[in-house]
Amino acid sequence: MVKYKYDIVVIGAGPAGSVAARFAAENGASVLMLERDREPGIPVRCAEGVSHNGIVPFIDIDKRWIASQIDIAKLTSPNNESAFMHNNGVGYVLERRIFDTALCELAAKHGARLITKANALDLIKENDKIIGVKYRYMGKTREVKCDIVIAADGTESRVGRWAGINTTVALRDIDTCVQYTLAGLDIKKDTCEFYFGNEVSPGGYVWIFPKSDSTANVGIGIAGHLSHKKGPKEYLDEFVAKRFPDATITYTMFGGVPTSATLKEIVRDNIMLVGDAARQVNPITGGGIVQGMIAGSIAGKVAAEAVKKGKFDAKFLKKYRKEWDKTLGNTQKVMHSMKEKFLFMTDERFNNLVGFCKKIPSDKFSLKALFTEAVKGDPKLMLDVAKSFIVSKIKLK
Amino acid sequence: MKVISELCDICGTCVAVCPVDAIIVTEFKVKIDNDICTNCMNCLKVCPAKAIEEGE
Ligand SMILES: Cc1cc2nc3c(=O)[nH]c(=O)nc-3n(C[C@H](O)[C@H](O)[C@H](O)COP(=O)(O)OP(=O)(O)OC[C@H]3O[C@@H](n4cnc5c(N)ncnc54)[C@H](O)[C@@H]3O)c2cc1C
Ligand code: SF4
Ligand code: SF4
Repeated sequence: MVKYKYDIVVIGAGPAGSVAARFAAENGASVLMLERDREPGIPVRCAEGVSHNGIVPFIDIDKRWIASQIDIAKLTSPNNESAFMHNNGVGYVLERRIFDTALCELAAKHGARLITKANALDLIKENDKIIGVKYRYMGKTREVKCDIVIAADGTESRVGRWAGINTTVALRDIDTCVQYTLAGLDIKKDTCEFYFGNEVSPGGYVWIFPKSDSTANVGIGIAGHLSHKKGPKEYLDEFVAKRFPDATITYTMFGGVPTSATLKEIVRDNIMLVGDAARQVNPITGGGIVQGMIAGSIAGKVAAEAVKKGKFDAKFLKKYRKEWDKTLGNTQKVMHSMKEKFLFMTDERFNNLVGFCKKIPSDKFSLKALFTEAVKGDPKLMLDVAKSFIVSKIKLK
Repeated sequence: MKVISELCDICGTCVAVCPVDAIIVTEFKVKIDNDICTNCMNCLKVCPAKAIEEGE
């Protein structure tokens, strides 16, 4: 039975929402998750790349949701030179459909409840105070009361708006994406590939993330303000026609990734925003799975503590903000400044960058070396990058 | 602004850049409320599926 009142209602059962639900429930709160789609994780709107170190704190590795293990990253410049990075740690290409469901199962194991096909419509307020959520389920509008809403509704981030938080992102801070899953390829299963350049993918990159030695997620993200005349699909089609002329497209998907810094406001009285909804994505890589899980774990714990103490105001919930900034938020800010730099990089600069990387022995070539070279000539940014590497190790995905 | 349902993938990208929250999403459909829309064209510019056009 679904109760009429929960301590916490989580809207959205992606990685951020389900991890928040799990940590809140594990710490004693009663939790309800509402998910609009018929199943968590579908439709998949993701290249599915993560680092091993990023996910192990949250779930035991299970072959069921791992398509392939990645050991090598290959970066290719506009003039078709490639550099290989070997020592960035183990990564995986996931089966997110199964992964997202596994995270929900874990939340349920700790006592959280999930309703699928439940579309949140609005927040219920009493004298401006959030006291619950209105949602649509099986053709009927229902209400559920709660003390805290955790908004984990992904890129759209409408729930935050209902609470008066400005979640709009600027055009240049959204990557507009298309991805195909391709079959019939001849590729290396342990290597993910990245292609850069203003002709290939303005303000973003093309990726090849192998799911086996004959299938891969092949996609593109381009900066929103550069996508009007020629859209991401046209760029991707050109790339695929050249690189994989004989491939079969088995899946086509469109999507958007916020690439800003974290929102100014991620808590208000009785509400917290997590994951893509809070814009907690690595602005350079566009990776948001691990970021969302980290934010979800912090938010879930703080929310459970709020329940125990009966304190639901922004002042108390800001604990989550503080902890997030310390963990990743401050680093994300630096990455965002770096992304701005990437946005205006000429092809020649990309060529030089990959040329430089090629000269570093591949076992010494790391993200730090890459970023340090990329921000050369901007002393303030160099300092910030150096600091952020000391404060927290930047993870690729 | 108008969403061409046949092209729309319900990905939510347009919603993220709409400054006035004029775009409504359900599991099956995306709709623009033209009473709220200010015709800023943000959504049209970023839609990866080119599923938004001018008009009501
Ligand atoms: C093309 C593409 C490639 C990407 N590749 C990678 C990658 O390789 N690695 C990586 O780490 N990240 C990648 N990302 C980013 C990653 O997918 C997201 O950062 C991640 O899914 C965010 O998790 P989340 O839980 O915040 O949101 P989501 O996973 O988007 O989950 C939000 C959930 O909320 C639900 N929802 C929304 N509104 C409502 C409502 N009103 N009521 C009920 N439910 C609602 C949605 O149905 C959805 O299930 C990629 C993104 C895109 C678009
Ligand atoms: S961005 Fe385009 S494809 Fe995505 S939901 Fe909006 S109209 Fe549909
Ligand atoms: S044109 Fe602007 S205001 Fe209208 S729906 Fe699109 S983004 Fe929103």
